[in-house]
Amino acid sequence: MGQILQVVFDALSLGSLYALAALGIALIFGVMKLVNFAHGDVIAFSVFALLWPSVDAVAIIFAGNLPWFLLIPFVLAIGAGLSVLSEIVVFRRFRRANPATMMIASFALGFVIRYFLLMLFSSRPKSISLLPALSQPVEIFGARIPLLQLITILITMAVLIGLTAFLRRTRFGLEMRAAAENFTMARMLGVRANRVIMGAFALSGALAAAIALILGSQTGTANIMMGANVMLMAFIATVIGGMGSLAGAVLAGFLLGAIATVMQTILPPDARAFRDAFVYGAVILVLIFRPQGILSARGTKERV
Amino acid sequence: MSVLHADKVSVAFAGLKALAEVDLTVSSGQILGLIGPNGAGKTTLVNVLTGFQAPTSGAVLLDGAPLTGLKPHQLRRRGIARTFQGGRLFKDLPVLDNLEVTGVGLGQSRRSAIAEAEAMLDWIGIADLAPRIAGTLPYTDERRVAIGRALMGKPAFLLLDEPAAGMSAQESRDLAALIRRIAADMGCGVLLIEHNVGLVLDLCHDIVVLDSGAVIETGDPAAIRASEKVRHAYMGTAAETDLPILEAGLEVAE
Repeated sequence: MGQILQVVFDALSLGSLYALAALGIALIFGVMKLVNFAHGDVIAFSVFALLWPSVDAVAIIFAGNLPWFLLIPFVLAIGAGLSVLSEIVVFRRFRRANPATMMIASFALGFVIRYFLLMLFSSRPKSISLLPALSQPVEIFGARIPLLQLITILITMAVLIGLTAFLRRTRFGLEMRAAAENFTMARMLGVRANRVIMGAFALSGALAAAIALILGSQTGTANIMMGANVMLMAFIATVIGGMGSLAGAVLAGFLLGAIATVMQTILPPDARAFRDAFVYGAVILVLIFRPQGILSARGTKERV
Repeated sequence: MSVLHADKVSVAFAGLKALAEVDLTVSSGQILGLIGPNGAGKTTLVNVLTGFQAPTSGAVLLDGAPLTGLKPHQLRRRGIARTFQGGRLFKDLPVLDNLEVTGVGLGQSRRSAIAEAEAMLDWIGIADLAPRIAGTLPYTDERRVAIGRALMGKPAFLLLDEPAAGMSAQESRDLAALIRRIAADMGCGVLLIEHNVGLVLDLCHDIVVLDSGAVIETGDPAAIRASEKVRHAYMGTAAETDLPILEAGLEVAE
């Protein structure tokens, strides 16, 4: 019982991470058909924003010493700010470019951010102690769960509920839903395109920063490559979910988390090192049977 | 009383003429028909009138003032609304939200946009469709919602691009009744592009016939019925000189 519960919590917390990241990618894809491969580097940047530049192995904490109620908004603002900045400086110039060109631009931007961090901090992972109180375990029905895992799941649920309410109930959400469905038509009807796109980038960046906080607390290290793996999984989740479908991206994020966790448990110990190969195998299977994704967004089929 | 006027509008695409010095005038409360064979330039003309396509020469005037360089949403705010072939609703959004977002785009508050959207659906007689997801609607309802969306903000002019395409005789009659109400009750000037010539002859006060980008006839339904030139165009002799590739390039891409 305790062990099954452990697996369930592992799956949910890993899935939460993938779902948050996939949401960040799907939001931007929805409004401008851009697959933002710089998303993972925004995650890394948000963590490093807490440190002073140095090439030492021991991190020199700067904003990381803030109390949590200031630290969290600070990191979220950094993520949102960098994301909005990348829209203004880079992606705005590519509005009329085709999706492949935009994707290449996002790769390039990702490299710029990564090498900027490399320059300031070197490639050596740094140990940091971010919100250390969260690594204490709590006991639920005989399963010992790190408090952070529980909080990750709860935060993700809160973000999903909050985002749904935001999209359903606010004027900005209405404009964003319309723009995600058919951007050209929304603009023709007077929806403020720049505001909608900047809003999507801000939300996406804040989601990246939330992942940065979780990853930083979980692993206790800051690494310039820390966003890469999550980014890859999140990208796969948005594809499986049906590009542009927010609900699909979240669903697929949790699905990938579940598959990865279950593989980790049921695979024979010798095969566990190759867990990701099995996960990607499952991805291929899903795409063979549903090439359009689990929940495909209509907007991607009918581009104007 | 408002007047929308195309003044010697020409559109050339890579040197090929899609429209050649087309004149056309719609006034408040009037239903003007625009007919012509495939590739005659009807949709191109609507695109020019609504700011989707800049004319190569000539101008579009609203109450005598030129509208040169204005974007579609700016023209929409000045009261020139249109529908598109095939409806083009936001398919994942409920019907009410489709109208609401249009009101918001026009600068209304959410509250007044919702109120107008509800009143509009009621006026058209499709209030019960409000919560339905637009993509699940049958064809004819989709068209009526698209017309409702175009009527948000009470535009002075409504340009309908083939609203009856694919409709049965009964559905076309219902549509005709709705268009009459739009002109008579709202005082909206309607430009109706339609392949169903019977509907146009029945509904319109005046008719403009385009062929190969040029106006070949204008007049009331009786005059159009009697016109030798119109008959000639529709018998297909002129259609062979059309440039369908050109026309496709200028239409708002599907």
